[in-house]
Amino acid sequence: MGKKSTLLSRLIGAPYIVWAVIFILVPIGMVAYYAFTDVTGAFTFSNMSEIAKYTDTFLLSIWLGLLATVISLIIAYPLAYIIANSGENRQKIMMMLIMLPMWMNFLLRTYSWMTILEDNGFLTTTLNSVSEEIWGILNEALHSFGKELKPFEPIHLINTRGAVVLGMVYNFLPYMILPIYTVILKMDRSLIEAAQDLGCNKFQVFKNITVPLSLPGVVSGFTMVFVPSVSTFYISQKLGGTGTTLIGDIIETQFQTANNFHLGASLSFVLMILIFICLAVMNKFSDEDGEVII
Amino acid sequence: MKKKLLAVLFVVAILLSTLSPICFAEGKEKDYSHLKGTSINVYNWGEYISDGSEGSLDVNKAFTKKYGIKVNYTTFESNENMYNKLQSGGANYDIVIPSEYMVARLIEEDMLVELDFSNIPNYKYILPKYKNLSFDPENKYSVPYTVGMVGLIYNTTMVDDKVDSWSILWNEKYKGEILMFNNPRDAFGIAQFLLGQSVNTSNPKDWDKAIELLKEQRPLVSSYVMDEIYNKMEGGEAAFAPYYAGDYLSMADVNPDLAFVYPKEGVNYFVDAMCIPKTAENKEAAELYINFMLEEEIAVANANWICYASPHALVLESDDYELKGEPILYPAESQMPKTESFENLSYDIQNYMSQLWGELKVEGNTNIDAYIGLSVTFVLVIVFATFKFVQKKRREKYYD
Repeated sequence: MGKKSTLLSRLIGAPYIVWAVIFILVPIGMVAYYAFTDVTGAFTFSNMSEIAKYTDTFLLSIWLGLLATVISLIIAYPLAYIIANSGENRQKIMMMLIMLPMWMNFLLRTYSWMTILEDNGFLTTTLNSVSEEIWGILNEALHSFGKELKPFEPIHLINTRGAVVLGMVYNFLPYMILPIYTVILKMDRSLIEAAQDLGCNKFQVFKNITVPLSLPGVVSGFTMVFVPSVSTFYISQKLGGTGTTLIGDIIETQFQTANNFHLGASLSFVLMILIFICLAVMNKFSDEDGEVII
Repeated sequence: MKKKLLAVLFVVAILLSTLSPICFAEGKEKDYSHLKGTSINVYNWGEYISDGSEGSLDVNKAFTKKYGIKVNYTTFESNENMYNKLQSGGANYDIVIPSEYMVARLIEEDMLVELDFSNIPNYKYILPKYKNLSFDPENKYSVPYTVGMVGLIYNTTMVDDKVDSWSILWNEKYKGEILMFNNPRDAFGIAQFLLGQSVNTSNPKDWDKAIELLKEQRPLVSSYVMDEIYNKMEGGEAAFAPYYAGDYLSMADVNPDLAFVYPKEGVNYFVDAMCIPKTAENKEAAELYINFMLEEEIAVANANWICYASPHALVLESDDYELKGEPILYPAESQMPKTESFENLSYDIQNYMSQLWGELKVEGNTNIDAYIGLSVTFVLVIVFATFKFVQKKRREKYYD
């Protein structure tokens, strides 16, 4: 009987295994193959040694990705908490509003940010005129003390790292909200009640019950924002100008214009490993905390 | 009655005989009915065909209507892009429209088929000066689609210097207001014209000098772009952008403050040509498509829409051609700038160029924020981990 059911479950599982092999294992194998071969197909480490040139780019990508992830977390956690604790109808509407921008294509959304942030765009001109006014008032006030501010410098939004991080946060924020929201929603309410019975105040309940229990959601949200942020190339190309070339740009160039699949593959390979390490560190924390709860 | 019938027959016979030459002439044109229901894959530059927008003629639709052949139309952003797609074999294309140096490369690597010019009778309309060009000396593989030159577009409200040289793109005054080509060949070309080199130089030292110049320029460049140039120049986002002459005409329609000049050091002269790759699956329909593109009405519609110069004799004379005699597209002999066309570079030089281009992209990036941020994160992680560890130990002790 037991054997039969395993055969059945194996049969049901087969398509997924085939899928995983074709679309996950084989591509990774190909990346590894290209990473360690040269044009003639001979084994080589030369691609790997060339990567040293791009150390700075790797660091910058990881830093900006991390920054975007942390900002997303700061925005998403309270939001998810509020949504999960509000009425059913309101929850539905809020969730739809969060999903709504995702119905539009990612590239289009980023492209429109480019227009919004441009020096002649609405946002920049408004910000500039407002801050110039404030600057003038401040200057006048300081003038009576015999001091003066530096002349006003217009604000630039486009082609800065800030714009890239903004693009990442904007595009990937829903991936942070959704898992946290789900986890908070599914949380066992009786634990909270028990804590309250035992004399916890609201803050203590939040700190000792809600946060530790929602950590799995935070971890998966972290993964889902961090990974695409680190490897993005479109956002940095459109919003970052010349000062923010990320590792994704370099990889894209290798495949699209430089026609150097081998270097591109080895860069991807190293990027994969680095992301893996970052996530392992992240998971380590959540595991430890998991023990703490028990 | 019989007479009447005879008379009718007679009239019919006469009518038929007068009609028959027309019928025969029709019959002379090849019969393409067997291609009905098939499809062709066309791979072209973006924004490079009259597509029916703003009341223009939809060329692909017209083709499908006339011959019943479906056109799967896709676009690419650069020659290199197209080459990679073609070479990796991910998709089959029946028609590609790359630039001259890429045509030469495809010919050299045996990736194109010879065209059967008996299927492309309209080829006779191509002006002789655009036939047998150096990239396809016997003109076996390609049919010119558009021609043009690169020049410098600038915004007159933002620039008060005299603009006649590429060197203005190195002027500190315009820091952050300069756009550059985001493709190595064109970007290097500008530096090479300024240095007085050939754009096809095979000496790596020349390329070193050119990259030095580009690296020098990098801090002044706001971004490396291609099609976004439209948006940025039309919106007055940048003062300078080197780009293709024809595109300037479209941009000037939107923003009349824009002006255009052919810098005196020389400019790139390009020919984009229609070719059929070896992997094509519907060669006959592809040739039919090329021929169709050369029909007067279609060629005029395209020339009006794309705004690039046309190599087609009938277009230049057509009254429907809105850009007839436009001095930027068709400068008089005396106004003609110094030009040089790209040729196919050797494999080593190509690799070297891409390598330098990659270096340019990351050159001079200041990453102090990344160093500080990452080290702070690292320290925080360590502190947090030790804190947790100590807490755990203490708790274990407590339970013991």
